[in-house]
Amino acid sequence: MGYDYPPPIHFSSRISPVIVGIFLFIGSEIMLFGSFFTVYFFDRVVNHIHPWPPHPYERPVFVAGVNTLILVTSSFTMHWATQSIKRGNRVGLQCGMVLTFLLGLTFLLTQVIEYHRIGFNTSNTSFAATFFGLTGLHGVHVFVGLTILLAITIRSFRGHFSPEHHHGVEVGGIYWHFVDVMWIIVYTTVYLL
Amino acid sequence: MQNPFRSEAEAFRLLLGFIVAAALIVIGSRINVWLGVAVAVVEAVLVAWFILFRGRRERPIMQAPPPHPAGERRILVIANETVGGRALLSEIKQRSAGIRANVRVVTPALNSPVRHWTSDEDDARAAAQERLEQSLQTIRDAGIDATGEIGDGDPLQAIEDALRTFAPDELIISTHPEGRSHWLERGVVSGARERFALPVTHVVVDLEAEKTPSGF
Repeated sequence: MGYDYPPPIHFSSRISPVIVGIFLFIGSEIMLFGSFFTVYFFDRVVNHIHPWPPHPYERPVFVAGVNTLILVTSSFTMHWATQSIKRGNRVGLQCGMVLTFLLGLTFLLTQVIEYHRIGFNTSNTSFAATFFGLTGLHGVHVFVGLTILLAITIRSFRGHFSPEHHHGVEVGGIYWHFVDVMWIIVYTTVYLL
Repeated sequence: MQNPFRSEAEAFRLLLGFIVAAALIVIGSRINVWLGVAVAVVEAVLVAWFILFRGRRERPIMQAPPPHPAGERRILVIANETVGGRALLSEIKQRSAGIRANVRVVTPALNSPVRHWTSDEDDARAAAQERLEQSLQTIRDAGIDATGEIGDGDPLQAIEDALRTFAPDELIISTHPEGRSHWLERGVVSGARERFALPVTHVVVDLEAEKTPSGF
């Protein structure tokens, strides 16, 4: 059986490549965070440590709570930026991106400062190791997100985006919201429960 | 299934949902640890149910056939057990009358789920090949230029594969009558109309009626 022409690039329409990609990404992230959460819950449940966290460790719940508000606010500004460019409002996009980047940077710097003040280190106990492991892993994601946000912000000032072409903002926004979702899970699990 | 990260707006709504869900778990666990666990389990079940069964279905990507050399009309026929049915042959004859028609018959190698997952497709392909050869002979005997191939077990996938290699102008899907057809039950015809940008003709072949004398 021969071809009358070179066939175009073929992909299965059962599921689009974009969806396969995002599912693979989410799957890999679930496995990555899942391994850290498994260690955390194993340590917490199997060792029957009560109270949690073990004495004399204290989790900076209040500072982390304020940090959570900062990060969630950054998602609102990111959403505002995306909606702005969809309506052709470039100033809204630029303001939204600058605010999102600054809020994200504030979150990361606050996290770093809190690490210095917290009074324990990764090598102290398994609690300390899992605490730094989970929050640190999320911090790495925030750092990656900030890099993406910086690129989007610079491009927004260079006029690269329009109501018709703003895929970069859209994808960056999806990643940033994903980072926030992961923080909600980490904050709830590690700090509140 | 619905992709929660399809757009920035949907990812933002997902975040808001997570905040509410986490707040409910925290409130529950502050009252009683097991209440918190129960809230988390109920939320997980609800989310799974919504994503799998109630969420907005992803719209399939509309597939259009690539162009082919002018001067002939290409007809793609998808049929399995009904591939030798007289109603189908009659439809093909009618569609090919008076024009230079090129017919490609694709017979999906239908298989059981267990055999599919274990890649045990030899029997299914052999059975499909036998039906296809008989059908091709019948079509050629009627004076129509026809080729054939075994397709993917999923009829829509088999159509899409043939779309790429054969570039048809129209599509004929042959099924059993309503109530006896798995393909109709699975929405193969409506799915093909939704997914493929070419005319789709649905032919119902009642093999039992064709076997009886009154069917002639």
